[in-house]
This record gives sequence, C-alpha cells and structure tokens, in this order.
Amino acid sequence: MLTEIVAHDEAALLQRWIDNQFNASGFRPDRIGRAELQENSTQFLSSFRRALNSGATDIQGADWAGVRHILDGLSSARAEQGFSPTETATFIFSLKQPLFERARALYANDPARLAEATWEISQVLDKLGLYTAEVFQRGREAVIVRQQQEMLELSTPVVTLWDGILALPLIGTLDSARTQVVMESLLQRIVDSGAAIAIIDITGVPTVDTLTAQHLLKTVAAARLMGADCIISGIRPQIAQTIVHLGVELGSVVTKATLADAFSVALHRAGLAVVQKQAARRKPPADPDRESEGNEA
Amino acid sequence: MERIPILKMGEYLLVTIQVDMHDRLAMTLQDDLTAKIVAARARGVLIDISALEIVDSFIGRMLADIAGMSRVLDAETVVVGMRPAVAITLVELGLSLTGVRTALNVERGMELLRRRIAGRNEDDAGSA
Repeated sequence: MLTEIVAHDEAALLQRWIDNQFNASGFRPDRIGRAELQENSTQFLSSFRRALNSGATDIQGADWAGVRHILDGLSSARAEQGFSPTETATFIFSLKQPLFERARALYANDPARLAEATWEISQVLDKLGLYTAEVFQRGREAVIVRQQQEMLELSTPVVTLWDGILALPLIGTLDSARTQVVMESLLQRIVDSGAAIAIIDITGVPTVDTLTAQHLLKTVAAARLMGADCIISGIRPQIAQTIVHLGVELGSVVTKATLADAFSVALHRAGLAVVQKQAARRKPPADPDRESEGNEA
Repeated sequence: MERIPILKMGEYLLVTIQVDMHDRLAMTLQDDLTAKIVAARARGVLIDISALEIVDSFIGRMLADIAGMSRVLDAETVVVGMRPAVAITLVELGLSLTGVRTALNVERGMELLRRRIAGRNEDDAGSA
C-alpha cells in the first residue's frame, strides 16, 4: 500500500517534500543550499521506493541498506556542520505530511484503508527518523572523542632543546589521565633520544594543588628510573606560595623559576656552555667589513 | 633449577635478567649475587633489566634490596635499561627506588659505575 502511495507521481511528491523542508521552522538556509537538499531528497526517495518495493519492513534489514547508507552520510555530515538533532530529524519527518495528503487523496472513499495507510506511513517514517537521530548522536560523539584525543596529543609535546636535553612544556590542568600520557610520551622520548636531562616546564599549568604536585613527582620519579634527571621550571610566584602553603614536599627535585635557568643548569650538567661570540662583543662601528660580517652571523 | 647468570668483568659484576622474574628466582639471585660480590671482591654491580616486561611490588623491592646489600658490601649498583612501562608501574606502586642508581642503557651505566668508583678511590686515597 505504501509502495503505491510513493510510486504515484514521484516527482510531485519530491517537490512537495522539498518545499516542506524549506518551510519547516528549523530549516537553516545558511548551512545547506537548495541544490544539496534537492540532491539528498532525490537520492533518499529513490532508495526509499526501492526498499519499499522489496516488501521488507525491518529497516535494519539488508533491503534497507541503501536508505540507511544515505541517512548515515546525511546525519554525520549535518552533525559536523553543527545542525541540531531536531533540524536533522526534520529531514525525515517533513515527508510525513506529503505522504498523508497522498493517502487521503487516494483512499478518500475507504476510511479503513486510509487509517491503515496512515499507520504504515507513520511507523516507517518514525523508525527512519529515530535512526537518523541515533546516527546523528553517534556522529556528535565521534566528534567529541576525536577532539578529546586531539587535545591530549596537542597538549603534551616533548621537544628536544639540545642533544641529550628534552623539554616538556605542560599547558593546562594536569589530571591523572594527562599525567599518564605525559609520562608515557616523555619516557618514550628518553628511550628514543637517549636524553639524560628532561626539563618539565609548568608555566602553562594554571594551578598546582597537592594532586598535581604528586603527579609531577611521579613523572620525575619515573624519568629517574630510566636514568634521566628532571628539572622543574616555570614556577610562578603564586604557585611557589601555594606549594609551600600546601606543605608539598618536592624533595630533591631541582626547581627553577624560568625555562632559561633550567636550560643553563642542564647545559652545565651536560658539560656545555653558551658563550658570547667574540666578534659581536667588540664590533668596531667604523669598519664596514666587520659590520656586514656581524649581520650575516 | 633456573638461575640468572652473573658475569664477572674486572672489578664489575654484570647481571642480565633475560627472563620474567618470579619470586623464587629473585631470592636465588639475591643469594648468588651477594655471594659473588664477596667472592669476586667486586666494586660495581650492573643489573640490566631491559628484557624485563612485568614487575610487581616484590621484584621492585628486590631491586632496592639488592642495591642496599651491595652497598653494605661496598659495591656500587646501577640498574639499567628499564622500560617506560616498567618505570610507570613501579612509580604507581609507590616504589621509586630512591636508593638505586639508574641509567638508560648498559653503556651509560658502565660510564656511571666507572665514574662513581673512580670518585670513591680518590676519596679513599684522600682519607688514607
């Protein structure tokens, strides 16, 4: 029965449906163009008709795979474009009205069949609508998970300052999950690069409480077990006060106010020193040759 | 019975743990190593655990114990080649092995041992 309703003058039905979607309250002309909508709707309607022709009613079945595929693509695309679930589900639910009108016109003289057709349409479209919402939600969740992952990776870079000296600029709050990631990436880099000194810079850590301090100490202890010494740098005045007020015992860990200080300690331990270039120090301003040399350097 | 070999190289002893440690093996190693330090009059002990993938609190404590025993017997101990996962596990277990010297690999470990022992020889000469 539903097949009959859909198959009868499909072009007119499509037109009616698209108009309906355009006039729906949740429609976003700023996010989706008429052409794209037309394409989506046409594709959907033709696979919808094919699925109905197969006679299967279970939308999870193989016969509905085409319809599901279109809805998958549409929902995840709209989830990423920032549509709301209602706006996305409207795609399906706005098909109800044109179908009901059809049914009323076709079965005007047969109330029993009309009621049956209405029920059938409702059931199929409700299922498809729910399916759309579900896929939409999954798409959103995937976006969130990906962003979380990206944030974790973004916020824990390990940089090589010098041969054998690593730096770990920490940015953001240090919770258990992040400590784990930080520790793993730091230890792996120690193994890969054979570094003997690691500088943990906490300039970007907004607050340090006892838990954060404990996480830092754990990281330092783990690095020490791998044979690398750690220096903690970037301790702001407020943080120094907090650490003392909280009674956090940093033990034998070397702490420095700035990354530069920590770096010079690290260089010293590695037996290196930064010296000023002789030419730059006593550059006679009258000598043009000298000056160009200095600029090149 | 399974044993962990202890190799003597000059005044150093090398212990390479190639199998997963179980408690009995750990106890045997303690006995063997302390006996060997005395017999060989070793000044330094290098324990390579790069093949060790699983540690528990017992093995962690055993490493600390061995270091302590060697110290009493006047031999420096360096643990080398700890894997990142092992280091994290030990720290999570609350065993940061504060008394144990560590190095990234055997080469660094030997260098550290040599330096420590040279330093101690100087101290001994100075005090004598």
